[in-house]
Amino acid sequence: MDINTLRGLITLFLLIAFIGLCFWAYSSRRKTTFDEAANLPFADDNAASNHREQQS
Amino acid sequence: MTELNESLEHPVYNYKVVRQFAVMTVVWGIVGMLVGVLIAAQLVWPQLNFDLPWLSFGRLRPLHTNAVIFAFGGCALFTTSFYVVQRTCQVRLISDRLAALVFWGWQLVILLAAITLPMGLTSSKEYAELEWPIDLLITVVWVLYAIVYFGTIARRKTSHIYVANWFFGAYIIAVAVLHILNSLAIPVSSFKSYSIYAGTVDAMVQWWYGHNAVGFFLTAGFLGIMYYFVPKQAERPVYSYRLSIVHFWALVAIYIWAGPHHLHYTTLPDWAQSLGMVMSLILLAPSWGGMINGMMTLAGAWHKLRSDPILRFLVVSLSFYGMSTFEGPMMSIKTVNALSHYTDWTIGHVHSGALGWVAMISIGAIYHLIPILFRKDQMYSTQLINVHFWMSTIGTVMYIASMWVNGILQGLMWRAYNQDGTLTYSFVESVEASYPGYLVRLVGGAIFFGGMLIMAYNVYMTTRRDCEQVATPVPA
Repeated sequence: MDINTLRGLITLFLLIAFIGLCFWAYSSRRKTTFDEAANLPFADDNAASNHREQQS
Repeated sequence: MTELNESLEHPVYNYKVVRQFAVMTVVWGIVGMLVGVLIAAQLVWPQLNFDLPWLSFGRLRPLHTNAVIFAFGGCALFTTSFYVVQRTCQVRLISDRLAALVFWGWQLVILLAAITLPMGLTSSKEYAELEWPIDLLITVVWVLYAIVYFGTIARRKTSHIYVANWFFGAYIIAVAVLHILNSLAIPVSSFKSYSIYAGTVDAMVQWWYGHNAVGFFLTAGFLGIMYYFVPKQAERPVYSYRLSIVHFWALVAIYIWAGPHHLHYTTLPDWAQSLGMVMSLILLAPSWGGMINGMMTLAGAWHKLRSDPILRFLVVSLSFYGMSTFEGPMMSIKTVNALSHYTDWTIGHVHSGALGWVAMISIGAIYHLIPILFRKDQMYSTQLINVHFWMSTIGTVMYIASMWVNGILQGLMWRAYNQDGTLTYSFVESVEASYPGYLVRLVGGAIFFGGMLIMAYNVYMTTRRDCEQVATPVPA
């Protein structure tokens, strides 16, 4: 195979991978997982172990 | 740092190394920006080099860039990445000893840079000037950093790896690859080496490194800061976690191709220049996607900006990020670059990113962290944070506005032709015309620097003040 065909195919593969990623990220099945993940910065907060954020 | 005592220790997390890096972020910020102010003054009054080789512009300029990027920015990234990885993985760093080695190793690198660069020891590669023995030390420290960081992620107690850690992880891996490949050199003595690359290839490798130092050190790493500290300070989760995933993959996939825009109209093949330009233009999409994601996190909570100067630092840094990531792609267009390249416009662009984005988001994160790390309710003075915020903003705006004027002025003067084809202006005439801009830049930079001194005072008073201690933490 010509090296340039390979290069073209890699570009095509990356495009498909990116579109696939978008569908994966926005699929409704993953909503709860991502909502949970988005709350990770607050997950280890509890009144005793952490300071109140200033200006709250 | 003798005042750091054992009573500050957190029962679960290693806050000691975070605290050390946080304090050094402020210290190196002041040092690096002081050198910046000095060389800005030298451009107005050249006699300020006092005819000493160690104080000449050519030697202090790499000292300034290394100090602000790798000492100030680097310490900010170590601080935040070590803090965020522990808090979001809910586990202590895997090794306190390795973490301490990373801290002291990095300080040694900075110290060696501060000694060798004024001595004129340089590999002459921009943003990679340090000679080979220091490059080797950087590699060792960086590998230890990667072991601590990824080792901690591997031991996480949460199932998901939070998006900030993805950005920090990409920055650690990419910087390792960039540093090693760009620094490959053949030593000829203890302090002299020659790059294994030659000619145009050397230039391409250098700017592949140089632009991705911007892309991964100064962008991906600081986006990691953004994804943790903006939600935390605003007390609400990031606007769209899904967008953050698309943002991450798009950003890391595209940034790596943008380097050739530093080499427009050089001996680099035309196709490579055009590729760099197109990739730089595409880069606007993930950059703005990330900026919007950060900004919209405040949706419904905009009122917090009125009362919280820390949040203001974080959000205004995002505005500067959006502005400079629009300016960057525009400047990478070859016809625009024909005007802007080699002028002060480039310096202005860099500083709208460096002061507006990198420094301001770091400052916001450090203000967020200092009370937590030193077990205080809040910073010593919120009013002083507010003063610092306005000094930073005004200083940055003065800096970039004066450099825009200078850059366009220089670009137009250099390309002006007479009817017979001779140049209208000599180079020195463009230098003379640049003086007012240099003066405004010096004032803007000095105001920004003054803000850092206020920050240092505020941090010092926070660590010293005998305020009420917060209840003893319990393990998470």
